[in-house]
This record gives sequence, structure tokens and C-alpha cells, in this order.
Amino acid sequence: MNSKWQRKLGSKLLFYIPLALTLMFVLVPFLWAISTSLKREGDVLSGTVRYIPSPATFENFVHVWNDNNFSQYFMNSVFVSVLSVVAITVLSVLNGYAMSRFKFKGKGAFMLVLLATQMMPVILFVIPLFLIFKNLGMINTPYALILFYIVLQVPFNTILMRGFISSTPKEIDEAAMVDGAGRFRIIFAIIMPIVLPGIVATSAFAFIGVWNEFLVAFSFITTPDRFTIPIGLKFMVGEFSVQYASLAAGSIIGLIPPVLLFMFIQRYLVEGLGGAVKG
Amino acid sequence: MELSQSTGGKTMSVKSKSSRKKMGDRWFPYLLIAPTVLLIAGLLVFPIFRVFDLSVQSYDFTRLQKAGYIGLENFKNIFTQDDMFYSSLWITVKWVLIEVVLQLVFGLVVALLLNQAFKLRGLVRSLVLVPWAVSGVLTTMLWSLMFNQHIGIINDILMKLGVISEPVAWLANIHTVFGSVIVAELWRGIPFFAITLLAALQTIPHEVYESCEVDGAGSVKKLFFITLPFLKESIVFATLLRAIWEFNSIDMIFTMTNGGPMDMTTTLPIYMMKTSILEGNYGYGSAIGVVTFAFLMIFVVLYLRLNRSGGMQDE
Repeated sequence: MNSKWQRKLGSKLLFYIPLALTLMFVLVPFLWAISTSLKREGDVLSGTVRYIPSPATFENFVHVWNDNNFSQYFMNSVFVSVLSVVAITVLSVLNGYAMSRFKFKGKGAFMLVLLATQMMPVILFVIPLFLIFKNLGMINTPYALILFYIVLQVPFNTILMRGFISSTPKEIDEAAMVDGAGRFRIIFAIIMPIVLPGIVATSAFAFIGVWNEFLVAFSFITTPDRFTIPIGLKFMVGEFSVQYASLAAGSIIGLIPPVLLFMFIQRYLVEGLGGAVKG
Repeated sequence: MELSQSTGGKTMSVKSKSSRKKMGDRWFPYLLIAPTVLLIAGLLVFPIFRVFDLSVQSYDFTRLQKAGYIGLENFKNIFTQDDMFYSSLWITVKWVLIEVVLQLVFGLVVALLLNQAFKLRGLVRSLVLVPWAVSGVLTTMLWSLMFNQHIGIINDILMKLGVISEPVAWLANIHTVFGSVIVAELWRGIPFFAITLLAALQTIPHEVYESCEVDGAGSVKKLFFITLPFLKESIVFATLLRAIWEFNSIDMIFTMTNGGPMDMTTTLPIYMMKTSILEGNYGYGSAIGVVTFAFLMIFVVLYLRLNRSGGMQDE
């Protein structure tokens, strides 16, 4: 009896201790940033490290938003992300439909190209594109970013969309065609509403990718009024004396959209999108 | 649509209505993928050719008067005179190996933990996996606040525990910087593996475990004889893809250390970026790019071959 009880306790501990350690490893950086962001700038550097801010203040959020131009970075990020995601979603649906409903010559090659694009280092494209966009006068415009983000994100989203559209029966299309609907009407008025959950998930995925992107924006954007949030944060560190509390507050602002979206799509990811890395 | 109709229109007079639809359908998929094909050709394929072209030129913003084709001069310099190339190559290899192995091991453990039934599982899953959505730059910000010599929590805890007697400048010290960026990247990478493997775990049918339990197999046996064999394919794909991504990664390391101190964290892509974008030497940077591309191709071909044979049955 006693040994059975001990074994049960043992297996419980073997489960809960690693889980607790994992949670700690993941959450402490977030909690530390939140704690730092709520301290007064003077208290951060006072010499004693305090875990709980006292007094707690929101002044850092107000400060980065107004004085460090985070309101502008945020709007720039929103502009670039929203335009990119709309284009990425439309193109992915078109590609996904083509790949799930038709057999056509070059389909395998197209798939191969899509997969291959996901494996190239972005810096390899950035080097020549910087020179190309410079000649076109597109350096330091959001449109250079948007164009490139579209082409970076469409391949993976296409692969996801192909999966979602393949799971809808072909008979739907055939029935609609008998009723005289054209192909584009079928795609946008019939298929899209059916795969809406999938579209929402892939759009969220694309949004996170675009919102977080650093290297391209860092290379193509040259003046602070066009900065997106990642670039704004990078240059806050580059300044002479780092304002840690403000930096933490800026980071929290940048974290909110992707973290909220992740909470929303987590279920989709675990239930299937995760497997999409196999193509 | 215009395209498919006009193509169909020519044949309508001689062919029946159903074959008109067939003709339209033949062109329709190409019309759908055309925008993407054009974008990929213009913004990804053409630039790759441009990189190869630039790699045999002298093209340095600081010495533009010497610009022009120089044959394989850049490559000769890379292999014979460039210590920075060899050191960054070695750092890249270390980086990829350590990251991928540790992410795989811990990611597997986390996936197995999160696959158990327990209270608040949905919430705990969301919390544990959330670094997946955090960018390299934000990972840098969060971990810089942790590592910081004056305000960081890591030094504070280690000093209270008596492990160290005075604060360590984790990111400025050449002995600790590599380990520090490794830890920060693990924080982001473990959830990637955990998500992929957790998704794969969902596909293992319950009956297999049940029949195994009837035979009296313990949990260790179940892990090695059912779970791991089932996960094998997912593990291989995730590991290869992650190796490629870690090889290519720039954001986190660059924003955290700028490749320093003393180039201790300058990987090949960071070296490429510094040479071209930051220093303006596009010719030499492109040559490094071509060499990197060649290395990477080994992984990519391996991945695509495996994908061909295993993962694309529905083609």
C-alpha cells in the first residue's frame, strides 16, 4: 500500500516538477520585463534589484508612446502589416485553390520553389534587393517592405491554404458550376466562407511574421519617421544611455499583438499547422 | 478570368460547351498562380542571380572608383586570407549543432509533458508555447533585461544563491556571451519543436497504447517502442528545417550582441550582413553569400528529397 502511494507520488512529481521548471523558464523573462516597465526609471538603476515595483507607474508607457515616437512606429507597423497580410491572404487562397483543385504541368515544380524559398537566408536577397530598390527609388518606403514581405510569406501560407481547401469537397464547386457560377465567384463567395477559420489562422500567422520582421526593415528603412517597432527598439538600445524601464515598456507594446494572436491560434497550431512544416 | 474566357472563345465555334470549360480549366490554374510566380521571379530568383553576378565584381561603396568585374578574386580572398570567414563558419556550425540538439531534446520533453491530461491544460499550453510568436528582436529585449549587469535578475539570483560573488556582464564577456545567446535562442526554439511534436503526438491512435498496456508495458517502454517510432518522421523534418533556420538566423544574435564582443558571436549570415549592408562592400558580401548558399544547399537538397519521398503523397 505504502509503496503504491509512493510510486504515485513519484510519478506526479516527475510530471509537475519539469512542468513547473518549464513554465518558469518561459514566463520569467515576460514577468521581468513587465516588472521593469512598471518601475520608475530612477528606481531601476538604484543599485538594488527589486522584483515588485514600488511605487508602480505607467509613466514609461506614456513616455515611449509620446516621446520615443512609439505611437508612430506602432502605426507604421500596423500599416505595413495590414496591407501585407491582405495581399498575402488573397494570393494564398488563389494559389491554394489552384493547387488543391487542378492538376497542371509545373505544379510539382511550383511546390518545390515554394518550399525552397523558405530555406534561403533572407540576407542573401536583401543584398541585391537593396541595390535594386535603391535604383527604383523605393528604399525607405513602406512599399519596398510590403512587396518583400508578401513574397516571403506567401509560400508558407499557400501550403497551409492548400491543406484547408483540399479538405473541402470538390462537389461544392461542381454544384456551383452547374448553377452557372464562375470560378472566381466560387473561390471568393463559396470556398472562402467555408475555409474562413483556416484563413483567419493563416492570416494571424502571416501577421505575426510581418509584425516581427527585423532584418529587411533594418536594411531598407533609413529614417526614424518610417521605423517599424522592431527597428525602433533596436535603436533605443543603440542610444548612449539606455532607459531600461522605457525599453521594457516599448517591448511590452511590441509584444501585445503577436502574443494575443498566438493565444488565439495556438489550438490550430497544435492540431495541425505544426505538421505543415513537412509541406 | 478574361484569359480563360478568351482562350475558350476561340474554340467555342468548333467545340462543344463542355470542352470549352475544359480549355478554360487548363489555363485557369496558371492564371491563379501567375501573380505569385511573378513576385517570386522578380524578388527572389532574380536577386539570387544578381548575388552571383555581384560576387565576381569589386563593388564597394567606399571604393567605387575600383568597381568592375574581377573574376574569382573575392572567392580567392575568402578562402586564403579571410580569418573572419573561417571563424564565423566555425561559430555557425557550433551555433546550429548546439541549438538544434538542445531544442530537440527539451522540445520533446515539453511536448510529452503538454500531451498529458491535466487541469488547465489549454492555458498552460498557451503559456509554455508563446515564445514561438516572439520575434528575435523582442527576445533580445526580454533577455537583455534578464542578463543585464546592473539591473538583471539573473545576476541578482545567482548572487543571492552564492554562485557568483559579483555581477557578471554576460553579454560583454567573451567567455559567457556565446552561452548567453544560446540560452535566449533556446527560449524561442524549444516551443517550435514542442508545437511540431505535439501536433504529431495527436496523430498517434490511442488503441496502440491501450493494447500495449494490456501486454504490461511500462511508460518507458511505451516511449521507446511506440511514441518515438511514431514521431520519427516529424523529428527528422523539424530538425532539418530548424537547422536551416538556425543557420540563417540573424535577428536575435545581431540585436543582442552586434556579433561581438570580439566577433565571438559573428555567424556567417551576420558576417555577410555586416560586410554588405553595414560596410557597403556588396561585392565581397555577395561572394560570402554564394559560399553560404553552397553550404546551405546540402541541407536543402536533403530536406526536399525526404519531403518528396515522404510528405507529398497528395500530389
